Amino acid sequence: MTQLALVIDLNVCVGCHACVTSCKEWNTSGWAGPLVDQNPYDGSPTGTFFNRVQTFEVGTFPNTETVHFPKSCLHCEEPPCVPVCPTGASYKRPDNGVVLVDYDKCIGCKYCSWACPYGAREVDEQQKVMKKCTLCIDRISDAKLSERDRQPACVMACPTSARLFGDVHDPDSEVSVAIRERGGYQLMPEWGTKPANHYLPRQKTRMHIDPDELTRVDNPLRKEDLTTYTGEETLDDVAW
Amino acid sequence: MHPAFSVIFLTTLIGAGQGLYLAMVTGQLYAVARLLPPQKDQFYAIGSMVALVLLIAGLVASFFHLGRPERAWRAAAKWRTSWLSREVIVLPIVMALVFAYGAAHWMGWTQPLFQLGESLQVDLTLLLGILGTLASFALFVCTAMIYADVKFLQEWHTPLTVSNFIFLGAASGFMLATAYSAYISNPLAAFYGAWAVILTLAGLVSRLAHLRHNARLKHKSTVQTAIGVRHSKLLQKSQGAMGGSFNTREFFHGQSQKTADRVRYAFLILAFPVPILLIGAAYVTVSSTLPVAAFLVQFVGLMAERWSFFAEARHPQNLYYQSVA
Repeated sequence: MTQLALVIDLNVCVGCHACVTSCKEWNTSGWAGPLVDQNPYDGSPTGTFFNRVQTFEVGTFPNTETVHFPKSCLHCEEPPCVPVCPTGASYKRPDNGVVLVDYDKCIGCKYCSWACPYGAREVDEQQKVMKKCTLCIDRISDAKLSERDRQPACVMACPTSARLFGDVHDPDSEVSVAIRERGGYQLMPEWGTKPANHYLPRQKTRMHIDPDELTRVDNPLRKEDLTTYTGEETLDDVAW
Repeated sequence: MHPAFSVIFLTTLIGAGQGLYLAMVTGQLYAVARLLPPQKDQFYAIGSMVALVLLIAGLVASFFHLGRPERAWRAAAKWRTSWLSREVIVLPIVMALVFAYGAAHWMGWTQPLFQLGESLQVDLTLLLGILGTLASFALFVCTAMIYADVKFLQEWHTPLTVSNFIFLGAASGFMLATAYSAYISNPLAAFYGAWAVILTLAGLVSRLAHLRHNARLKHKSTVQTAIGVRHSKLLQKSQGAMGGSFNTREFFHGQSQKTADRVRYAFLILAFPVPILLIGAAYVTVSSTLPVAAFLVQFVGLMAERWSFFAEARHPQNLYYQSVA
């Protein structure tokens, strides 16, 4: 069983919103029609996005840390939004585990958004249907694209490679290795939704320098140099 | 959660409709059991038609909740897993049975079909009444389970949600039955009034227990589990949107805590003690209009109750939408 997912590395995300804009660009110009923008150039711009980058401050000044937190549909393995849909518009693809909405069947009752603890679904106020991240299903399943391009737009756009894409059920995939070896975790594990997307935690890069490395304690010159200098010329004064 | 007026009207109107229908059938059952004098068929027929009008009004209100009402027929598809789908199926069944019950009375199809035991004459209206009662209770359960089944909304994820919907719906329906029979000077007003008071008190107990449940609630999710950072001090600095989003509009009631508190006090007064006092006063003074006032006051109170029911629920997704910067 394939379960496609994103693994997001909070350690290198710089909060540039490139994933947000490239997601919006790809998905607003695709076959599924525009993602609405309301008041785009006015005081209160709003609209439908599949992906958002949020920013959190950890700790109290001056000991603070900024965490940029990209947030999109987690493509849960037990998606609570799917069984509550009265029409069957919301479904999980059996072949690759991507959770999708059939925009032609959705009645816009918003019940699925209530049943998502992550707030991953947003109503399109123009088309009046529920929308959410598709993992760029039209890209990743397009056999005409090269292997390199068969990735979600956000992954392609990320300048720091903070977004990894792959099959989390394949133990040897890049994403599985990253989750396994770098402490990948799921959001709100308390609900048993088993999100397929994982996050890699922040890691402090610490360099430990031993005093030995600054001063060589067993320097033979220092040990053997028993001369006491009294102002006369040394080798350092005559050579340069 | 954002209280949508479409849903407030839907749940309060069909609750009153189902309750009024249950009151009609209860009246007939008491008459069959010879505990009350039998009424003219017209009494049940008109009562059922009023119930049907309320159910239709609720159905119309529900369409305003949908983004794509023209596709509403699709909502019957997933009845195996979705309580919303089950409600969409049961509501028309209730409407059909309420109509059939009223029509059978109106047409006078009350000749006994068969006899059970010594003296129980079973006619078409009794059969339809029992079927309609079962369907009405099924509809109460379906409507309430839409809310009670969402485990993320811990304020709703309790059997008290179901008991609230049943008791409050039945109370307003019996209150309307009291108003109806008092208005036409039918002696059943006292009987319905007594039941309306009992159901209102049951609703009060259930709703107070629900408020207590919510006040003591410990939310499972925290900002720490939401973003997976273990630190006691986490502060949101930006939410990825300046002008708000669907997430900030759908999941917050958008009023101050003061307003929410006022609405809660308002429904606790309007839906429970005031109608009970009005019914008591109507009983003493044999008034034909006070029960009408009691029903209207309680209905306004129940709409405030439903608003508060939504406002009380705090969705875990709100953890991601705490501040804009």
